[in-house]
Amino acid sequence: MPPVFGVLFDGVAYGMVLFLMSVGLSVTLGMMNFVNLAHCSFAMLGGFVTVTLINAFGWPFFATLPAAFIAAALASVVLERIFFRRFYNASELEQCLLTIGIVFVSIAAAAYIYGTDQQLVQLPAYLRGSIDFEGLNFAVYRLFLIAIALLITVALVVMVETTRFGAQVRAAVNNQRMARGLGINVDGLFAVTFALGSGLAGLGGALAIEIVGLDPSFALTYLIYVLIVVSVGGLGSISGSFAAAMLLGVSDVAGKYYVPAIGAFLIYLVMIVLLMWRPSGLFGRR
Amino acid sequence: MSENALATRGLNKSFGSLVVAADVELNLPQGVRYALIGPNGAGKTTLINLITGMLRPDAGRIILGDDDITALPPEQRVRLGLVRTYQINSLFPHLTALESVTLAVCERRRVAQTWWRQLTAYSQEIDEAHDILSALTLAPVCHRLTRELGYGQQRLVEIALALATRPKVLLLDEPAAGVPREESRELFAAIAGLSRDITVLFIEHDMDIVFRFATRVIVMVGGRVLLEGTPPEIAADPRVRAVYLGKARHESVS
Amino acid sequence: MSSATIGDPVRPVQYLQAQMRWRWPEIVFWLATLLPFVLTPSYLILASQIAITALFALSLDLILGFCGIVSLGHAAYFGLGAYTAGLLSKWGWGEPLTGLMLAALTAGLFGFLTSFIIARFRHLALIMITLGIGLVLQEAANSAGWITGGFDGLQGIHTWPILGRFRFDLYGYTDYGYSLAGLFLIFLIARRLVHSPFGLALCGIRDNVERMPAIGASTHAHIQTIYTIAAIIAGIAGAMLAQTSETVSLETLGFQRSADVLVMLILGGTGRLYGGLIGAAVYMVARDQFSGLNPQYWYFWIGLLLIAVVMLLPNGILGGLSLLTRRAKAAS
Repeated sequence: MPPVFGVLFDGVAYGMVLFLMSVGLSVTLGMMNFVNLAHCSFAMLGGFVTVTLINAFGWPFFATLPAAFIAAALASVVLERIFFRRFYNASELEQCLLTIGIVFVSIAAAAYIYGTDQQLVQLPAYLRGSIDFEGLNFAVYRLFLIAIALLITVALVVMVETTRFGAQVRAAVNNQRMARGLGINVDGLFAVTFALGSGLAGLGGALAIEIVGLDPSFALTYLIYVLIVVSVGGLGSISGSFAAAMLLGVSDVAGKYYVPAIGAFLIYLVMIVLLMWRPSGLFGRR
Repeated sequence: MSENALATRGLNKSFGSLVVAADVELNLPQGVRYALIGPNGAGKTTLINLITGMLRPDAGRIILGDDDITALPPEQRVRLGLVRTYQINSLFPHLTALESVTLAVCERRRVAQTWWRQLTAYSQEIDEAHDILSALTLAPVCHRLTRELGYGQQRLVEIALALATRPKVLLLDEPAAGVPREESRELFAAIAGLSRDITVLFIEHDMDIVFRFATRVIVMVGGRVLLEGTPPEIAADPRVRAVYLGKARHESVS
Repeated sequence: MSSATIGDPVRPVQYLQAQMRWRWPEIVFWLATLLPFVLTPSYLILASQIAITALFALSLDLILGFCGIVSLGHAAYFGLGAYTAGLLSKWGWGEPLTGLMLAALTAGLFGFLTSFIIARFRHLALIMITLGIGLVLQEAANSAGWITGGFDGLQGIHTWPILGRFRFDLYGYTDYGYSLAGLFLIFLIARRLVHSPFGLALCGIRDNVERMPAIGASTHAHIQTIYTIAAIIAGIAGAMLAQTSETVSLETLGFQRSADVLVMLILGGTGRLYGGLIGAAVYMVARDQFSGLNPQYWYFWIGLLLIAVVMLLPNGILGGLSLLTRRAKAAS
């Protein structure tokens, strides 16, 4: 089997993690137009929760995943109550600055508590190692990652397309004023969606430790990737985020494998070109 | 064709299955005052957006005087003399009234790109802006920030901005909208005082205004032009009455 | 043509002229910038760095405060200017004034080219594109280590004396004189620009960009012009840094620098020309005072400061001051 399949596999796994971290931001940006640059701080929080629970409290890896989700969701609720909701009508600049401030604080706090080194976790035995298939190595963890992410994606799509909650979310993303006029409690809806999205980011952060590592600069480093996924995929679009995350994940891995000298250069160029072609994203509203 | 200040031919625009303009054909001779009326959602503001270039038509042509302007960007149409005002004030809140109108004058005179000379060197432009504002009775408040002005005064600034561009064809989108009765006198004086060189098309709901200022009326429904005529003809037409069923009725005053 | 209506003694031109006159706080400010020469001569190197950063912040104010363009990648032009001047010196030509000109040219050219993209977008797409441009340049500089020296930065920069007489040395008199002179001269140009018809057009774009075409303005041309000018000024600031500190590293075009200058400008207050200068001074003096502190802690406090400024003082220090003076006037 040619190595390109291995590259694709790794790229898809990476893309899945990016998707989990980005989908929440895409929907909340599309619904409320609130530029939350602190979104990856929630991802980072999820990662550190997992690390702490495993290393300090001996929890099994699986059990830490829901904990990461819940911790990130709770943190987002608190921040939304105290800070964010005053800025829904503020300028983009003010929203950027507020959330950048929160990012700085979160990075400093993480560095203070955990130091600046990479955090390591021991995976359970059944998640380690790799499977040999047709001459290529497929890491078990990545298989697991793809499986979980696909499950969550399907659950998300089902929820958005079939439930009343999902319909309300779609309405609010499509036309907030009209949705309010129809009696939908957009503010409450947003709070729930925000918590859900941040929780997913936390989960993504926890799952990402094994493939990209975790240190206090995570909140800023991966913010850039998440922003690329969100702006390329289109605000408010789950399928857009998915497509963009896959595109980005595969391009990044392929770039680093085939042309290592280029590094992240390619990603940024691709983003600029894609944004110029479709300023509201591949699947965004025009 | 040059007896028409503005004309459209076969203007069409749809958003998916929603048709907002269907085969709209207009002929506005120079100097005439046209009123454009019709129920909400008839496509009146959309028509103005199409004519000014804010919206691209699916088909059709727009002709200003002798020039086909269909392919031109909005700012070039303005430079050729096609100007509009907005139904909801679209002004520069942190500029004073004088600064706003001066900006429009400078843009018209193509001096707005000069960054190496002080604004105060352009006394001609500043005085012209001041004259426009004076004619609209805004001279006493011309140094106030736009956002500090009363709504009626802001509406006048809206018109001042349009006049600063020396329009040949002026499209007014509900000029009196939102203006309380007490403040509307200056507004109507301004509209009445518009030079006869300017061709005016205004959208209005208030029949009093239509009867006062319009020499001809165009009725639009569902993206189409229903009919056209003098105000008394339109008011007497049973089709128009049917379209406005349920709205406040204005009997024609002969 | 009437030049004044009855009962209006002041011609509008005269009124505007009075508005644009130099105020006494401005004169006090610039006189105060001379104080470090006599009061704190041991801090002249720091003062020089503050002046350079203030110039950088001024260039950002022109596009952000006066035109509404939120840029997360403005350091691209700063770094480009720094590397141009640094490389020129490293390759044997250390004359500072020509180095400045070449840096201005390079940064300006790149600014002009990117302005074609910048002018066409708004909102999130624009923010992302400015971020992307900065990141692309940063990555390119990182990869092209054979030119830029990569992670270690440029070595072997030596700046010749200005006009053959004023040497750059550890005392800092030349450093601060050089950067202060550059800051003041460019400030004069910026002040003139802001009070020109073009400055008015920029405010129009910032206030209501949709209305601009409707009064016949070509916003693209305006945005491209100011963006190029801002890039030139940022490039000059970067070149000055390279020449006075005789080092250039990757961080001169990094995201951190772009974010820092944004913080400084917000701190001081946008759209007032002096906001960037004051913000830079406050920020860098504070950073110098707390330099013993772990960088983590520094970013903790900066983060808190940013949150506090956005929530309590959204127009920055100068905004708060003008609010106070207005309230004082209203009360009296």
